[in-house]
Amino acid sequence: MHASNSQKAAPGSSVEALARRKGSLAWFWFLLPSAFLAIVFFFLPVLITLVISLTNMTTATGLSGWTWLGTGNYRKILANPDTVKYLWATTRYVVFTLLFNVVMGLVISLITTHMPQRSGLLFRAIWLLPRITPPVVYILMWKIIAANLPYGILNQLIVKPLGLATMNWIPEAAFLFVVLVNGLVGASFGMIIFTSAIESIPKDIMISSLVDGASVLQRIRYIILPQLRWPLLFVTTYQTLSLLTSYEYILILTDGNFNTEVWALWAFHQALSNYWGNFQYGMGAALAAILVVIGVGMAVVYLRYFRFGELVQEPKIDQL
Amino acid sequence: MRVRAFLRGLIPFLLIIVLSLPILVGYLWILISTFAQRTYGLLPMDADGRLGGITLKNWVLLFQDPRIWTLTLNTLFLALGLTLGVLLVSSLAAYPLSRIKFPGRKGFLSLTLILHAFPSVTLLIAIFFVLRWIAKIPILGKGIPLIGGFGYNTIGGVTLVSIALQLPLGIWLMKGFFDTISWDIERAALIDGCSRFRTWRQILLPQIKPGLAALGIFSFIQGWSSFLIPYTFIVESRSAVISTYLNFLTSENRPINYGLVAALGLYQLLPILIFYVFTQKYLLQIFSGGMKGGA
Repeated sequence: MHASNSQKAAPGSSVEALARRKGSLAWFWFLLPSAFLAIVFFFLPVLITLVISLTNMTTATGLSGWTWLGTGNYRKILANPDTVKYLWATTRYVVFTLLFNVVMGLVISLITTHMPQRSGLLFRAIWLLPRITPPVVYILMWKIIAANLPYGILNQLIVKPLGLATMNWIPEAAFLFVVLVNGLVGASFGMIIFTSAIESIPKDIMISSLVDGASVLQRIRYIILPQLRWPLLFVTTYQTLSLLTSYEYILILTDGNFNTEVWALWAFHQALSNYWGNFQYGMGAALAAILVVIGVGMAVVYLRYFRFGELVQEPKIDQL
Repeated sequence: MRVRAFLRGLIPFLLIIVLSLPILVGYLWILISTFAQRTYGLLPMDADGRLGGITLKNWVLLFQDPRIWTLTLNTLFLALGLTLGVLLVSSLAAYPLSRIKFPGRKGFLSLTLILHAFPSVTLLIAIFFVLRWIAKIPILGKGIPLIGGFGYNTIGGVTLVSIALQLPLGIWLMKGFFDTISWDIERAALIDGCSRFRTWRQILLPQIKPGLAALGIFSFIQGWSSFLIPYTFIVESRSAVISTYLNFLTSENRPINYGLVAALGLYQLLPILIFYVFTQKYLLQIFSGGMKGGA
């Protein structure tokens, strides 16, 4: 918007001054720190992951005694009978948590946009709480909810009054808790995106539909939901990728016990944290490399669906 | 008629209160439990299992633990280091990306976006090796007082990794803020012979204070809550930061003192809640603008 009036206004001296600056390397110094960090903590690690995945490196071999395996680690993963188990746990985790996230995000945004504005804001603020709560504190809350008598909240308030058998529910229903724990955090993402989409629907359409005799539910079905098609796709693809690679909450809640070891956590356990202390760097890297490749691939595809050209427009200040 | 309208207005409230119960109950418990000898469900109990037992003992115990001050200092260092690091590095990088035309700009921007979508937790295994190499650098590696250094098994190293992984988000947000500033004053300054660096420092930064505040608060909260990175890269992780100590106290295989644990949890939660209540407007900018998809 500034470009049009500046083009003719620029006097000769300023063009010269700016032209001189164009040759300068100022941009290089501005970018140097972040480029350095990106190389050391993104690009180098991607390479390291790929390279180490081709070796048999463990704590025992150290950084010097290892040998090349070629695709040995990957063939081992294929041959490992546990692979199917972890793959299944991962699929279940991603699919059900994603469903929970999207549906709950949609429900919360629909409810909070159908109540007085201030109450809507308040409840959305409550639903953001799990995301900003420190993960260990958040999981602590879930552990006490699920704990056995006499402490457990679920057992004290619901199970005991109903006369059912009380127990610690985390080992009993580990998968359900994994989905709930991650879902209550993840739902806020959809909630925010859907709410801003609903609020951007023109007011006259929203009001006239009711005047014309549609019920609130009909308005949701025929006016609001069709507008949410794009945000729904966005939230679904974005969260698929982050769920596929996330394991922090599972690590704190069950540490992968009770059939909740997902692929990313499996990689972490192999390479950086297991009970035997002999860390399988090569194997862990191979498991992570698969996720890295999926991650890079999805991130690139994902950008194509963003209107990327608009996001990287040339800066206007130098186009005098 | 009015009664029916009133009841209908009540439906969304009832629905959302029921749905929000798990969240509300968790917070309620932590509040009650810190001031109770023990809790059965949500009820405070004394040692004999009778209703009552309200006490400050948990807080006294918490602050008598000599470890708490080291933990607080470490966590504070991580949070502040992350905040300052992300603000400085990303506002530096965002300036040329928003304002200067240079070869490779488009490539750098695309990479920032790709890295933003890319799940960086998958790189932790490899970063372990990077930190081990950094640890071998004399002094910088593990010879700096207070923060240890920037290598494996130091708070400085954990901070550096956290900064790096937060950068794509930071750069992207900062670029967005720079893009919204009119460049008339800036152009006048440049024509008058002001250097790019001075322009950035004296003309642009003051204009994006709200943006800096938003990213700063967000980074502080991230650093203060951070668990996975310190847990992974510090060997004696229980004495690293508040999160890791809390995790140690609540891990299986030992009787858990819930009162003490709740006090520690609330101690970690409080600064975040205070920030959240007073700066929600800023934080929402981040959450809607560029956060990761989240778990």
